[in-house]
Amino acid sequence: MGLSVQFLWLIPALPLLAAGIGSIAPSRDRTLASGTAIAALALSFLLSCGALLTALANPADHATHNFAWFELGHGAVRLGWLLDPLTALMCIMVTFVGLLIFIFSTGYLRADARFKQFFCFLSLFAAAMLGLLIANSLLLLFICWELVGLASYLLIGFWFHKPAAAAAAKKAFITTRIGDLGLLLGMVWLYDSTGSLLFYDGGNGVLEPSVLAALGGSTAIGLLIFCGAVGKSGQFPLHVWLPDAMEGPTPVSALIHAATMVAAGVFLMARVFPLLTPDALTVIALTGAITALMGALIAVAQNDIKRILAFSTVSQLGYMMLAIGVGSWTTAIFHLLTHACFKALLFLGAGSVIHAAHHEQDIRQLGGLRGPMKTTFATFAIGMMALSGVPFIFSGFWSKEAILHAAHAWDVSQLPLYLGLAAVVLTAFYMTRLMAEVFFGAARSDAAGHAQENPPTMTVPLGLLAVCAVGLGFLGTPYWPWLQHTLDPLAHVEAGGYGLMMVSIVLVALGLGSGWAIYGRKSRVKSSAADPLAVRAPSVFAFLAARMKFDELYAATFGRLNHGLAVFADALDRHLWDGAVRFFSRLGEFAGVVNRETDEGALNGGFDATSEGLRKRAHSYSRAQTGDAHGYLLMVAFGFVVLVFAVLLGGAR
Amino acid sequence: MNLAPLQLCLLFSSALFCIGLIGALSRSNTILVLLGIELMLNAANLNFIAFWRYGANSEPATGVMFVIFAIAVAAAEAAVGLALVITIYRHQKNIRLQDATRLKG
Amino acid sequence: MTAVLILIAVATLCTAAVAMALRNLIHSALLLIASWTGIAAFYLWAGAEFVAFAQVLIYVGAISMVVLFAVLLTRQSRADVAIAPGSLGRVVLALIAGGAVLGVLVGAVLSTKFANSSATTPTVTVKQIGQSLGGAHAAALLVIGVLLTVALLGAVVLATTDRAEKEDA
Repeated sequence: MGLSVQFLWLIPALPLLAAGIGSIAPSRDRTLASGTAIAALALSFLLSCGALLTALANPADHATHNFAWFELGHGAVRLGWLLDPLTALMCIMVTFVGLLIFIFSTGYLRADARFKQFFCFLSLFAAAMLGLLIANSLLLLFICWELVGLASYLLIGFWFHKPAAAAAAKKAFITTRIGDLGLLLGMVWLYDSTGSLLFYDGGNGVLEPSVLAALGGSTAIGLLIFCGAVGKSGQFPLHVWLPDAMEGPTPVSALIHAATMVAAGVFLMARVFPLLTPDALTVIALTGAITALMGALIAVAQNDIKRILAFSTVSQLGYMMLAIGVGSWTTAIFHLLTHACFKALLFLGAGSVIHAAHHEQDIRQLGGLRGPMKTTFATFAIGMMALSGVPFIFSGFWSKEAILHAAHAWDVSQLPLYLGLAAVVLTAFYMTRLMAEVFFGAARSDAAGHAQENPPTMTVPLGLLAVCAVGLGFLGTPYWPWLQHTLDPLAHVEAGGYGLMMVSIVLVALGLGSGWAIYGRKSRVKSSAADPLAVRAPSVFAFLAARMKFDELYAATFGRLNHGLAVFADALDRHLWDGAVRFFSRLGEFAGVVNRETDEGALNGGFDATSEGLRKRAHSYSRAQTGDAHGYLLMVAFGFVVLVFAVLLGGAR
Repeated sequence: MNLAPLQLCLLFSSALFCIGLIGALSRSNTILVLLGIELMLNAANLNFIAFWRYGANSEPATGVMFVIFAIAVAAAEAAVGLALVITIYRHQKNIRLQDATRLKG
Repeated sequence: MTAVLILIAVATLCTAAVAMALRNLIHSALLLIASWTGIAAFYLWAGAEFVAFAQVLIYVGAISMVVLFAVLLTRQSRADVAIAPGSLGRVVLALIAGGAVLGVLVGAVLSTKFANSSATTPTVTVKQIGQSLGGAHAAALLVIGVLLTVALLGAVVLATTDRAEKEDA
């Protein structure tokens, strides 16, 4: 049964309703809060499936439902919903992954006192994210975009009593805000040039050929919109917030920072793809390639299990941007969907490990978990192989291949291809390192030694995600590119190119092999032992471990500049303006003194007698002031009633 | 009984006014008294809009203008009123309106 | 049309009445926010969108925050929450006064014969409002601006710590 576009708003409305119910439910009632949230999202998932059926009936069509929000001057602000395969597939991905993460959270946060609030925030987040996906207007998309930012702020700072979490929430909010300013400017500029913000509007939307022709291609608008995506999707140079955001609870990391929110930037670029000029695309491709390589490099030297995954996310988002930049947005969405599944799987697996090991996140302290946590180990291994791009079975291989082939076919430059290939080796390498340190060898701390497998609420989502992490890849292989053709019937899919595929298989093998040679063969014995790489190249490793010093760089430049400006403004305020104000106040004081001198001598005498009489009269009046404010109001009320009757009875109608 | 929409609106605002009045008269907490007065003000605004909507209007924007200005004044009133509440609290360590009788003659 | 009006009216009146009757100040303030939203809904119903937005911005957005701040700043110990003995009489008096006013108002409304209103809704666009704010009502706008400034300064003066006053006294 299909879902027509008029009722598309139900998809985000249900989680929003759940958030509303959750906010007024009593905090003790845990099942009510989690139950409504899960039920609402499950319903949304079914509705999304219905929407996909409708969209598949005519994949090339962009069904819209537009309406006027309010009148303003000459013209109305119009919003609308949009239903096409891109929207439907993204909705299914968000609701499906979200649903599994919700279920996982019931186990993960079982002992948390603010369980109810957590589900309330999660539902709010899901609602905002789904609203973003169905928007047919850049304005509505922007509103939901900011709501998503707010929800992520609340969720990252969920454990706000930890100073690090509060700081991370603030950092995420402010850093993404820098990008959002660009998006807002781009939006205003676009509105100024075209007079509309609707994507599709029966020939008048900004993504439709006639309007695009009239616009004549504007690189600046595309780049400004890209700024928003840079902030949200953690691209270089605004990636700094994403690793810090790992201070939030692990399901949040899985939901927001792996599967959905960070994908919003990629989704936005895919949505506005027709607006992007070749120059803008070149910038996007290079940014993506740099991000892909940089994220992978930093991930090699991290020790926190979630931070490794966070930088891996940064790197994979770089791949997606690269794919958009080289003109193949369908492969970007393909990689987005597969990545959402296997990265959510990896994060939830990490959450399972962390929960079992009593919140120990340092991979040097873990180890040997292969035995006690069999399900987690098996599913995590599937996720790891999907991310590394182990050939033929795992989804990550197919989507990454598609991106590399698209980069190969790009006629501007081959640089993104080489950067991407370098990142392939590193990805396989750091994931092998992670596996070897966490699951192999001997337990290196008490927490890891006593780890036990988690209850089914946590392991079942892992299993389902693992199935998707394998199966999703077959929707977009070069031999049967169903997904690409559904998203864009005109898409040209690079077939063949066995040479390139061979190269990347060799590179993956190289990464896995070297990772195993360095970390797996002789596993770490003591948690304090130095990393093998740190022994060989200490300065490089330290530089990468410090995340290439981006935070320090920003603190030294923007932070200091900001502080300097603040000091300058403070000095200006304190000395210049305050001085002027003081001067005038002195002047006034002086005038007052002169005035008083003349007053007291000349004018006062005669008035004294009169005022004494007035004072006596006033004193008798003041007796009527009882000081009872209620009494006054009561008198007014009765006075009004009496007055009305007096007028009526007096016949003065 | 068949009521014109205007009469319904006026009944609505009368009821709101009286709820505000009863609240302001019966509660001893100064904040709630202020809120009751806010409700009374809102009821007056409702009347403006009701007459603007259904009355014979020579100048179409007048009712709306009145309400806009009334809302602005209400904002000022609320700010000053609540500042007064805080001052009262600082002086007498509670906000019972009956205790605030320092200006008694 | 009328049914919507009655729905809005009942929701607004109920929340307002419960807010006035509740013991917990925070709950009253939150319910009043709902009540103000109901009034905004009435404005929307009557076709005065701009006023509705102003109502939401100023009451639901700003005044509610000020009220919540005031409630939190003047939070008292649990001891004096209990109703004072003399208050029952005041409640009765308040109900009598309110009932009398309501009776007079309702009687007046019901007994008055209103001229048949025009069927068309008067429309006011934001542009018209802007023009009359800048044109016919420019003086009033300026006065309001001064009033708000004075109210702001007054509120600041009232709420600052009164060190100077102690010196005078």
